[in-house]
Amino acid sequence: MALSSPTLAIKRNIAAAQNYYFLAARSVTNIFRRPRYIADAIQQADLIGVGSLPIVVLTGMFTGMVLALQSANTLQRFGSLALIGQLVSLSMIRELGPVLTSLMVAGRNASGMASELGSMKVTEQIDAMRALGTDPSKKLVTPRVVATTFMLFFLTIISDLVGLVGGYFVSYILLGVDSFQYWNTAYQSLSFDDVFMGLIKPVFFGFIISTVGCYYGLNTTGGTQGVGRSTTQAVVAASILILVVNTFITRILLGSVS
Amino acid sequence: MPIPENLPSDTVHKAIIFEDVAISFEGLQVLNGISLELKRGETKVLLGVAGSGKSTILKLALGLIKPDRGHIYVLGHDITSMTEEQLFELRNKVGIVFQESALFDSLTVRDNVAFRLMEEKLPENEIDQRVREALRFVELEHTVDMFPSELSGGMRRRVGIARAIITQPEILLYDSPTGGLDPITSTTIVELIMKQRDVNKTSAFLVSHRLQDGFMLATHYYDPQTKHMKAIEGHVARDLHTTFLILKDGKIIFDASVAELAKVKDPYIREFLYLEPVA
Repeated sequence: MALSSPTLAIKRNIAAAQNYYFLAARSVTNIFRRPRYIADAIQQADLIGVGSLPIVVLTGMFTGMVLALQSANTLQRFGSLALIGQLVSLSMIRELGPVLTSLMVAGRNASGMASELGSMKVTEQIDAMRALGTDPSKKLVTPRVVATTFMLFFLTIISDLVGLVGGYFVSYILLGVDSFQYWNTAYQSLSFDDVFMGLIKPVFFGFIISTVGCYYGLNTTGGTQGVGRSTTQAVVAASILILVVNTFITRILLGSVS
Repeated sequence: MPIPENLPSDTVHKAIIFEDVAISFEGLQVLNGISLELKRGETKVLLGVAGSGKSTILKLALGLIKPDRGHIYVLGHDITSMTEEQLFELRNKVGIVFQESALFDSLTVRDNVAFRLMEEKLPENEIDQRVREALRFVELEHTVDMFPSELSGGMRRRVGIARAIITQPEILLYDSPTGGLDPITSTTIVELIMKQRDVNKTSAFLVSHRLQDGFMLATHYYDPQTKHMKAIEGHVARDLHTTFLILKDGKIIFDASVAELAKVKDPYIREFLYLEPVA
């Protein structure tokens, strides 16, 4: 493979960042402009939200269970097993619920969007849509962004709840923790800030997943091989962006809390 | 969309005008100082070797890509200075048939052909009627509920033509509509293009790798009585408004009628046309 000059590489990266910014900005401004593709958004919400439910439930359940198992070991040493509900609750709602749900949805849907739009791009269907007088960013991108952002919010709530139930099963059946004690500590330890942090994150992550998936799809070149490349890049970029943005959001919200 | 007044006066009689248009992709100059005109009602056949920029001209004419230099006027509008939003409106008057049809594979033939009408939120019964008319024009009425994957290559091209003509555009752009098809299917496609030219008097650019497509268009006309094309006989005076344009290395090396093409002495063009070299 030929080596490209550093200047060219920097220029390409800046251009890519700029194009991503424009696409992301248009996906939001399109919400306020006609025509609005509400039926497409509902269809995407079904595909993204309902379709992702099984993996989100499984992820939440097993994360809650393993969290209870891992923390029980440490808590037992200090005789604080009664606090297991609090630990599972705070970890799931503030951090693991939103992040793991988003990563699973990114794996499933960012790749799906990139491959679908990428296939349309290489077969000139995107050009055909533009030629027929329809804006692909309105018809294809905005419904996906709205649907992903909206549905990820609720998927995270489901994941949090299922994670708490998973933690409860382990605590009650394997560790012998009292049911009332588990749910009481899990509930009492939560403050508005914890819930706010846990529910603001999926809004950002949903936006990232959909815009990154659509960006890589719409910028696909190089036939079927290019579609495969875009799909992989979309999942990697979305996952990394989620983790980076998660750090910043956590820092900002924790900073504001303190 | 009103036509601006400060444009060249001949935009009234010309469907498309290219003025000193240049474009390059990743440092490779594809078109370099192209100037051409497509008169209203004229069909211009674009010829040239692969990579000579024929399809690029169509995409530029539709505003799908912007030139690095020059101006492009389409139906009186300078599209080089128009935004994408403004172009969407203008594109309702221009139809395009893509090389590989570019049909939406998740939609039925009916929804593909009706795509533009559905976007305009026309009543369903009107959409159905116009879809049937467009599919009847390409003789594919029976495929209305089929998906593109169920159609042959030639049928997909014909559905592509139906999709392009459903709004009765003033300009049609054909990007290698016969590429990769067998001779019989290719002749069917050329006959449809001819029918569109002679019945609806649409201005058109036809990109083709097959010389015989261009020659057939320049020497035949569509007869509505027999519903087939007919060759122009020697004593019949009929202007088919069909001209040829040949590209080489990003420049136009020929732009005239078929009669002048037969008389051309340029060795490259003669070789391209499989003509005997001039002694």
